[in-house]
Amino acid sequence: MLAWTIYLSFAGALAEALLPKGRAGLARGLALVVALAGLVVALVGFAGGMGQGRVTLVDLPWVPSMGVHFLLAADGISRVLVLLTGLAAVAGVLFSWNIELRTNEFFAFFLALIGGVYGVFLSFDLFLLFVFYEVAIVPKYFLIAIWGSTRREYAAMKLALYSFVGSAMVLIALLAAYATSGSHSTGLVALGAANLPVHFQMWAFPLTFVGFGILAGMWPFHTWAPTGHVAAPTAASMLLAGVVMKLGAYGCLRVAMALFPHGMDPWGFSYVGIGSWRDVFAVLAVVGIVYGALVALVQTDFKFVIGYSSVSHMGFVLLGLMTLNQIGVTGAVLQMFSHGVLAGLLFAIVGRIVYERTHTRQLAELERMHLGKRMPFAAFAFVIAGIASMGLPGFSGFVAELQVLIGAWTARPWWTAVAGVGIVVGVAYTWRALQKAFFRDALPTPEEHPSTGWPKFEAITWPEVAGFGLLTAASVVVGLYPKILLDAIEPAVKTLLAGGGQ
Amino acid sequence: MNYADLFRVTLPETALEIAALLVLVVDLGLLRKAALNVRAGAAALLGVAGCGAALWFVLTTGGAGLSFGDELLLSLGGTAAVAQAGILVLTALTLLLLIDSDFTGHVGEFVAVVLMAAAGGLLISAAQDLLVIFVGLELLSLGLYILTAFAKRSGKSAESALKYYLFGGMSAAFLLFGFSYLYGITGSTNLHDIMVELHGSTAIAAEPLLYVAMVMIAAGLGFKVAAVPFHLWAPDTYEGAPAPAAAFIASVSKVASFALLISISMAALHVYSSVPVVRFAVQVSPEHLSNVLGVQVPWSLILMLLSVASMVLGNLAALAQISVRRLLAYSAIAHAGYMLLALAYFTHGPRSAQTILYYILTYGLTTIGAFGVVGVVERATGSDRLDAFLGLHKRSPFLSAVLLVLFLSLAGIPPLVGFWAKFNLFAAVLSVSEGVVPFALVAAAVAASAVSLYYYLQVLKRVYVMPVVEETPIKAHPLTMAVLLAIAAGVVVLGCFPALLQDWIAGFFSVR
Repeated sequence: MLAWTIYLSFAGALAEALLPKGRAGLARGLALVVALAGLVVALVGFAGGMGQGRVTLVDLPWVPSMGVHFLLAADGISRVLVLLTGLAAVAGVLFSWNIELRTNEFFAFFLALIGGVYGVFLSFDLFLLFVFYEVAIVPKYFLIAIWGSTRREYAAMKLALYSFVGSAMVLIALLAAYATSGSHSTGLVALGAANLPVHFQMWAFPLTFVGFGILAGMWPFHTWAPTGHVAAPTAASMLLAGVVMKLGAYGCLRVAMALFPHGMDPWGFSYVGIGSWRDVFAVLAVVGIVYGALVALVQTDFKFVIGYSSVSHMGFVLLGLMTLNQIGVTGAVLQMFSHGVLAGLLFAIVGRIVYERTHTRQLAELERMHLGKRMPFAAFAFVIAGIASMGLPGFSGFVAELQVLIGAWTARPWWTAVAGVGIVVGVAYTWRALQKAFFRDALPTPEEHPSTGWPKFEAITWPEVAGFGLLTAASVVVGLYPKILLDAIEPAVKTLLAGGGQ
Repeated sequence: MNYADLFRVTLPETALEIAALLVLVVDLGLLRKAALNVRAGAAALLGVAGCGAALWFVLTTGGAGLSFGDELLLSLGGTAAVAQAGILVLTALTLLLLIDSDFTGHVGEFVAVVLMAAAGGLLISAAQDLLVIFVGLELLSLGLYILTAFAKRSGKSAESALKYYLFGGMSAAFLLFGFSYLYGITGSTNLHDIMVELHGSTAIAAEPLLYVAMVMIAAGLGFKVAAVPFHLWAPDTYEGAPAPAAAFIASVSKVASFALLISISMAALHVYSSVPVVRFAVQVSPEHLSNVLGVQVPWSLILMLLSVASMVLGNLAALAQISVRRLLAYSAIAHAGYMLLALAYFTHGPRSAQTILYYILTYGLTTIGAFGVVGVVERATGSDRLDAFLGLHKRSPFLSAVLLVLFLSLAGIPPLVGFWAKFNLFAAVLSVSEGVVPFALVAAAVAASAVSLYYYLQVLKRVYVMPVVEETPIKAHPLTMAVLLAIAAGVVVLGCFPALLQDWIAGFFSVR
């Protein structure tokens, strides 16, 4: 059932590509139908999968001579992330309703990206996972380079090269794991059971983790993320922050940690408290949390604030993964969902609702526009999204970050202590952006001062309200009743941590 | 030697030569007064028919190869059959892309020379004897020189042909010189006999001469596959030659040359057939050279050095190109580097040979398509600069889509066929030899191919992203469109179902 998310998206992408030019309305409608169909399938699959472990969806021999299978399966983690992808896809289409330039091509690339993302989350063959992972790179490039803004060609190329370098590192580890295991299969289960030698895991783990971590915005390889997010058109930055960064984190969990668990064993010596790759990456995650938050605090571009906040929030995901305990890793997966929804929402408000009307993202200019009064919906939406993103109780972010921090405390208390600083700074930068953009009410310079009242902004459209409602509802539901996702995530994390063949 | 056997084994070559003569007769005799496009169509179709007949013979002829006494001259099946079938298909595609070219009025001669050169390629693919190899190589090379110079109205074409010819002549001399040493040391021109003799006492006494011979041969063959540092002709030739000729050089001639390299490596390893996995080609006095960089023999070492130099220089130089043809030339050098890596770590089992053939065939297919698109754009804009591709997505959505597929495949993005080719190749290298060095080399190759995405995107960026300067549609001949569509579809389908081609290739190896 869930496999249809992939087929539908790629079929939709192909149909969009073949659509006659200049039929923007048709292209939009088709994209919305395809994205909604994907969401429905994801929901049905999620509901149907409740209480089940890993379910194989499709298993066909693909390259028999190498033991590669077209093997799609879903466990709790996959189902949650597929659901997230469905939400992000629908919201992305809704918030790109005003795209007029080459509309059908835009949605073709958009749906191809979505299809690749669904594919990664559902692949249980290492090879297949890698294929889908790379399939997602090319559409990102074109989405940013063609429909983007600020330094788009630079940002697009940077993003593509970072992704490609990351996937090259993964490919190297993949080749080596395949050659070393000697097992005639590239299935994640078979490779996980192959008992790869510890010395091999010791270098394969960091290689894979960094390779995937690049896409998860791991400090110091995060620099593609702010530039990429800022340059991307709204829907693409929603997808980049919402699901593409999750691809990286998911790869870290599903491939690096599950296949090479001994790569996280202690080295046998330690230097300033760092005695294993696990410590190294946890430190990088903590640095990312604090660094992202601090940098977000001083941005002058509204979108950059959100861009760096993504780096900070993704730090929580990586930190959660490195706790290696049930609660921390569960929190990490929940944080993937939560950040996916909230980052999408924030980018939608900044990139679509505000920027498309004010045509500036500079906080210094926004603060003279009295947006709180003139665009009450945007202010309302940003307040909601902002508090959710700060991690206030009642929203998904709270549950997720709390679990990550508890897990981190169990593992190494000082990780929690430092990451806590990141949360405080997180409140500060969100507040600062909120205040400057919407409630500063600074006096306009004389030449800007309207003599006959403020000109009206274009009214808020229904797709914007619908997209906002969808994402906020998702965050609130999970925040108030996290069990709905935790019931799916927890057993899957348990088997994964137990090394029980994924 | 029995003439019936000779005829049976060389039926494909014969078919091509007959087709070539027919083309000349029809074009110069019957169609003298006809319009150029009619003549081009007739010549190309006759040529394709010849290729089809030859292909049929390749696929159906069975039995042993051609021997002289007990020395094998031409082999049948296995590598030879796969490479020959590939050469014929690629030649046919080249001819079909010729139809709406306008660089020459002498289409009949052009097609005839293409067919004769392809016959040389067939000969090389099967050759197991130094003399036959040399004859085949010259037959192919002379054809290529002529084809390069065929655009008589273009100064560049003449210049590049002269460069190609001078380099080619010199490299042929090197090759012959190396062959003569090999013959002098071992007293035989048969590849298998030579490899056996190399273990005799005479050969070991003449070790330094053997090294000279190996270096000379590597130089000669390195020229054919455009490996650094013997690559200097490639950018100029790719740039100056008429598009169909460049496509032919980039694909067919590469297939033949790599088939030859496979034959040499196979022959060398045949001697060790009792050992399951042997990764060195010519073992000479292991105590001197054991474990230089993880390879145990000079031949592998030479190939490895060529490979690394080609990967690095090819990819880096491609970054700076502003002419798409030169970019393709440097990318060809890089691709040759990857394949040489698989030749440096070669295994006696069919796996290495199969993966290299898979790579070169799919690469040839992709590159012909790329030259097809470049040719069409060039005719419309008069240039092959990167900027000539500006706004191609508006001018011809079809050509843009084809180019997108082909270039992404060359960059090795799954699920296109170029990705599988690379993956198989690198997996084969790692499976042949364990240890740090082969692993580091594969890592370098993967890293180099990550660099390559940049320059392929440079072209695609102009096609899809950058502002459009001109919007007049570019029209291509329907047949050209059909061929390009078939090539792009092949790249996608073979990429989505990689087992198709793998099994087809493996089929030739299991028959014997």
